[in-house]
Amino acid sequence: MDNFTVGVVVFPGSNCDRDVSWALEGCLDIRTKYLWHESSDLSDVDAIVLPGGFSYGDYLRCGAIARFSPLINALDDFVKSGRRVLGICNGFQILTESGFLPGALTTNKNLNFICDDVELDIVSSKGGWFNDGVEKQTIKLPIAHGEGRYHCDSDTLKKLVDNELISLRYKNNPNGSSFDIAGITNEKGNVLGLMPHPERACDETIGGTDGLFTLKSLILK
Amino acid sequence: MDQFAVKVFVRLRPSVLDPAGEATKSASIKLGAEGIKSLRIGKMIEVKIEGNGENEVREKIDLLCDRLFANTVIEDYEYSLEKL
Repeated sequence: MDNFTVGVVVFPGSNCDRDVSWALEGCLDIRTKYLWHESSDLSDVDAIVLPGGFSYGDYLRCGAIARFSPLINALDDFVKSGRRVLGICNGFQILTESGFLPGALTTNKNLNFICDDVELDIVSSKGGWFNDGVEKQTIKLPIAHGEGRYHCDSDTLKKLVDNELISLRYKNNPNGSSFDIAGITNEKGNVLGLMPHPERACDETIGGTDGLFTLKSLILK
Repeated sequence: MDQFAVKVFVRLRPSVLDPAGEATKSASIKLGAEGIKSLRIGKMIEVKIEGNGENEVREKIDLLCDRLFANTVIEDYEYSLEKL
């Protein structure tokens, strides 16, 4: 795993790209490489993180414009190859807008931008993103979003439940998400999107380490 | 080539909660407006577009609405079209 490299995508308006890179390199000793959104060459990265922020100013809808970048166009083959993609916050919004994950993320029920630590239940460890071997059932991660209310129709929700695609649920739903959903995976398990920020919970000095496992699992096959 | 003015209306689907609409409804009532039963907020997008006839332009607008202007998971769209 010496040469394992995680690509951290940078859109105009991304603002958690450096946090993700710092958490991976500084806390986990995993090599990273910034990928500008206009790049479509993903041949030298082994996994990809779509970080939080406000890509393209969140114009039209969060993640709607990012979907048309060359990098997102190249992501389809990357995902099909089985390599892992983690979308955090705005990254999760981009993954739903571009159809890699079902549903949509829209305005928080109470209209507030919520910046807080939240308790999350690990519902499924599909893809191994949250299975830390000690059977930890609840984790605490920070959230920071104004448009994090997960919405999907009842057929999609049934599919998510039946196929164990719901990874995380809020203990005290802060934004009105359907079924308290905070994070989901695709059917294969190699794509995870979540609203909470694991990269902001990778060091005890900033309040916790519950995000470490998820970032570390980027190196899983 | 014909030129058309298109007005696209994008609305949250009826089943999707509209918190901004609810907040505006609440402010409308505080302003003293009576009888408001429902208030929901959408978007209007104005496009000027060229094409060979109305059918070709409608095809282009349908594509834009379906793939970009609206997220059909949570939104519906409709549009009106005027030849200039």
